[in-house]
Amino acid sequence: MEVSVRTAAALAAIGLGLLLGACSSIQPWVKPYERDRLADPIMSWDRDAISGAYVDHVYESREGSRGATGAAGGGCGCN
Amino acid sequence: MTTFSRRLRRLAALATLSMMCVAGAAVLPDDRADMFYSSYRGGGMDIAGESVLVRKKFSEQFSLEGNYFIDKVSGASIDVLSQASVIKDERKQKSLSVDYIHDKTQYNLSYTNSTERDYISNTTHFSLSQDMFGDLTTVSLGFTDSRDKVGENNGTALKPVVSWLGHAESRSYEGGLSQVITKNLIASATLEVITDQGLLSNPYRSIRYLDAVPLGYSLGTQIYPNTHTSSAVEARAKYYLPYRAAASVSYRYFSDTWGIRANTIELGYIQPVSNKFIFEGRLRHYSQNHATFYSDLFDFANQQNFEARDQNLAASTNNTVDAKVTWAFAPEGFLVFKRATASFDVSRIQFKYSDFRNIKFYNDTPAGGGYAAGTEPLYAFDAMVYQVYLSMFF
Repeated sequence: MEVSVRTAAALAAIGLGLLLGACSSIQPWVKPYERDRLADPIMSWDRDAISGAYVDHVYESREGSRGATGAAGGGCGCN
Repeated sequence: MTTFSRRLRRLAALATLSMMCVAGAAVLPDDRADMFYSSYRGGGMDIAGESVLVRKKFSEQFSLEGNYFIDKVSGASIDVLSQASVIKDERKQKSLSVDYIHDKTQYNLSYTNSTERDYISNTTHFSLSQDMFGDLTTVSLGFTDSRDKVGENNGTALKPVVSWLGHAESRSYEGGLSQVITKNLIASATLEVITDQGLLSNPYRSIRYLDAVPLGYSLGTQIYPNTHTSSAVEARAKYYLPYRAAASVSYRYFSDTWGIRANTIELGYIQPVSNKFIFEGRLRHYSQNHATFYSDLFDFANQQNFEARDQNLAASTNNTVDAKVTWAFAPEGFLVFKRATASFDVSRIQFKYSDFRNIKFYNDTPAGGGYAAGTEPLYAFDAMVYQVYLSMFF
């Protein structure tokens, strides 16, 4: 049992090392000077926080689901 | 207002996390002031909302945001009408949020208070996001804690008599990953787990059960579990088209311990015209099954230990068509403002319920020509949602 635990620990350490090594070697494949389109306001997920919040609230007030919409609240539709 | 107000506070608290995901953690969003008006009409409800938001940087590292929201509710939804009462209410929400940036990490702390005559809530939110891998990846984590006091108005709309029924607590844990895929494509995924405990039912909604009365049924009090845990995961992508426009798609899956499973899919398109206008269109489809303890009509009183007839827990679908235009009426700025825009947004939402019946005509007995209990038409309604707002950037 002790051997297998040691083996597992060693494998985990090697795996973690490989993972960290891989992360450190990742090079940005989209260069900063290639990000003009991504920086365009039309690529924003939610340009207007109040509006996004309000729309999400309209739905959440009338549906059984909630969460993971990444937006904010607003408005009411309670009773 | 109950569970819906609780959700609103959590959503408000998550606003900044969303902005962090959008903007990237290295730069604070622009200083801006917004004046917002909204109108929702549908299902017997008429809700007008007004909001002011001001966001200001005090250095390259610190910014503050203040938001005041007030909405006024009149009318009543179908299940409230079935109990012959009409709602007239007002909710005021104040929030203050601070952002701090250190290197590639952005921190946010916010506090929100919401007050209405039968519901008080205080929400604290903390989140952080980190840019990594050459700023192609942003990882976000968020935590929200809400403490609510739940009441019920036993008086009338004009002469409220509020009795406080209990408390509810909610905690939300959210993680997000935003990833630049190519120079034209960005994608993100979000997971959120929310746990609630306490008084979770809406006191203004009732169950109904078959009964030997002229109407054929009687109304009773909803009994909910006092705990609720839900998980939702959303994936979305946005693509910059060869001409200056963008298309987006998102999908969300939801499940909870009350047996609800829901799917949401949304398509979006955005098209600027010159430097003056941005036109947007959005289509959304949503569907869910009913909660395990939901029934439109129970066989008898106290049939189950948990009983609900809240339309939000019924099996339903809804479809949205949305159009929006943003007009940059001062693209070069004026006075102290760098630029200013005006936006108009209109949505039409069609709601359809598969097992929630329209008992609006409460006093029509079967003997008097009304429907027999359980044979009423399924409920459906259309809603129109309007938003008008001014945004000034400085």
